[in-house]
Amino acid sequence: MDHQSVTEPLLDAHLVAGRGAFHLDVHLHIDVGEVVALLGPNGAGKTTALRALAGLDPLAAGHLTLAGVDLDRPDHRRWTPPERRPIGVVFQDYLLFPHLSTLDNVAFGPRRRGADRRTARAHAHTWLTRVGLAEQARRRPRQLSGGQAQRVALARALAVDPTLLLLDEPLAALDARTRLDTRAELQRHLGDHRGATLLVTHDPLDALVLADRLVIIEHGRVVQEGDAATITAQPRTDYVARLVGLNLHRGHGDGHSVRVGDLTLTAADRVDGDAFVAFAPSAVALHATRPDGSPRNTWPAVIVGVQRHGDNLRVQLGGPVTAAADITPAAAAHLRLAPGQAVWAAVKAAETRAYPVG
Amino acid sequence: MPVTDTTEAAVPAPRRRRAGNRRVPTALLVPALLGLTFLVLPLLGLLARAPWTTLPQRLTEPGVLTALRLSLQTATLATLVCVTLGVPLAWLLARAEFPGRRLVRALVTVPLVLPPVVGGVALLLVFGRRGLLGEWLDTTFGLTLPFTTTGVVLAEAFVAMPFLVIAVEGALRGADTRYEEAAATLGAGRWTTFTHVTLPLVVPGIAAGAVLCWARALGEFGATITFAGNYPGRTQTMPLAVYLALETDLQAAIVLSLVLLTVSVAILAGLRDRWITSP
Repeated sequence: MDHQSVTEPLLDAHLVAGRGAFHLDVHLHIDVGEVVALLGPNGAGKTTALRALAGLDPLAAGHLTLAGVDLDRPDHRRWTPPERRPIGVVFQDYLLFPHLSTLDNVAFGPRRRGADRRTARAHAHTWLTRVGLAEQARRRPRQLSGGQAQRVALARALAVDPTLLLLDEPLAALDARTRLDTRAELQRHLGDHRGATLLVTHDPLDALVLADRLVIIEHGRVVQEGDAATITAQPRTDYVARLVGLNLHRGHGDGHSVRVGDLTLTAADRVDGDAFVAFAPSAVALHATRPDGSPRNTWPAVIVGVQRHGDNLRVQLGGPVTAAADITPAAAAHLRLAPGQAVWAAVKAAETRAYPVG
Repeated sequence: MPVTDTTEAAVPAPRRRRAGNRRVPTALLVPALLGLTFLVLPLLGLLARAPWTTLPQRLTEPGVLTALRLSLQTATLATLVCVTLGVPLAWLLARAEFPGRRLVRALVTVPLVLPPVVGGVALLLVFGRRGLLGEWLDTTFGLTLPFTTTGVVLAEAFVAMPFLVIAVEGALRGADTRYEEAAATLGAGRWTTFTHVTLPLVVPGIAAGAVLCWARALGEFGATITFAGNYPGRTQTMPLAVYLALETDLQAAIVLSLVLLTVSVAILAGLRDRWITSP
């Protein structure tokens, strides 16, 4: 790890921007070589944040400092236009210039930054080789496949050696098969990139595979940030819980007991005061009658809906707490899985995590 | 949008039979056919009354060729003027934010609705010998515009420019501005973005606008005769020659009209496939 980066992140930004009723207010710090995923539901402000970083929309307040240089200081009425920022962007639908060859698309950046035509083209050729598309150099973007276009867009953004690389939903436009390959390749290139990288996505898998750290925003605010392990184990909002596939409830802790509404759940962890309780749908068992035995949380629930979920069935439960339960077809055979049917839900205390809200 | 309407009006879409052979309501079919007849019949009349036997010798009369050459030259020069000034103006209207933009757009379209004769009078008042600018141009540079070939170009450009501006502005509005943003993130300033990204993307729109503009300039009559007069070899373009011939020799007028018709249709048809059809 770069020693300097511990004291001063490469990107230090406080993004305040807004359009109409929407208001974005987000702090972002990214270290040298670090890949951060900005994750959030549609309309959370991901794109607004990206456009503010790229300088495509002005910052209303806050600041943007990159490698020690103040790019935007709205309080001093100072903004840097996008063409003078050391920032590269891979747009969601790539936006390769349709009238230029693949080579000239990649050479566009180096050329604008002062390289002569021959040097720029040579540099572009090196980049196309690096992404495995040297043979497509003379083609027009419309002749490329989706995966190829994505790699050209990445090469074009990286060819100017940006201090900060921004990726806007880089894999969203690809089909499932291509996405898998392209994701693996993208991971390799992001690993080689020496600057900071911000990946904007609504796909948790992209974020988990590609990023070192996740920043999750909702309604223009950061709701949770941390490494993948922490976030998947301890979600703090319903959105994050759904993202990582956990049942999440907020209650009040007293030792190993957490009171959620009318229900008291026993958790593996000790917690006092306001607390979250999380458990995986796969940890929930359903019974026709009240189960007893090992230390379990049990409650009477009502089936709201049933869906296929991989090889299992995902059962949505109503009752004192809403929850999802994943059960095997074998287990389902012993139950009547009709909406409105009353069942008993059970979760082992050992599989119930509790952690403080604060 | 009026822009696409005008573009397509100049380029008739190929007629195609609809699959399923659904009946066209008579209430639509009858006026449609009447309209078509109304548009085509005069052209057929021109062909029917043309003096075909004496055509070759009439065509080679020096007056015809002189007028034709002058028409082609002035229309082309006027189009160049319109492209040079009109494309930046269209960019300003489509991309720049400034107060009174709607007013500017309205002003640009005034020559479209202004009777060309009024345009010619207005040009005389500004560029005439005693005009607002004309007097200054005359005394300072010894430059006289009215009743000269330059005056013809000026009159044609005045009348034809709105066609180009509107077509190009429409093309610019239709072009994806995110390409320009992508160019900016790659280090291109606004001017470089304009020349390297915006302009290549709207070339078809500019071509379509230029063709419309050229066709309008070629047919210009009112403003030209008012501002530049009707001097053979200097300001007498084809439409003016037709008008003059009409008073003395109907056959000659028909021949001249036929030439003008052929040239416009040939150029429109030639450019259509190469430039105007959208990709």
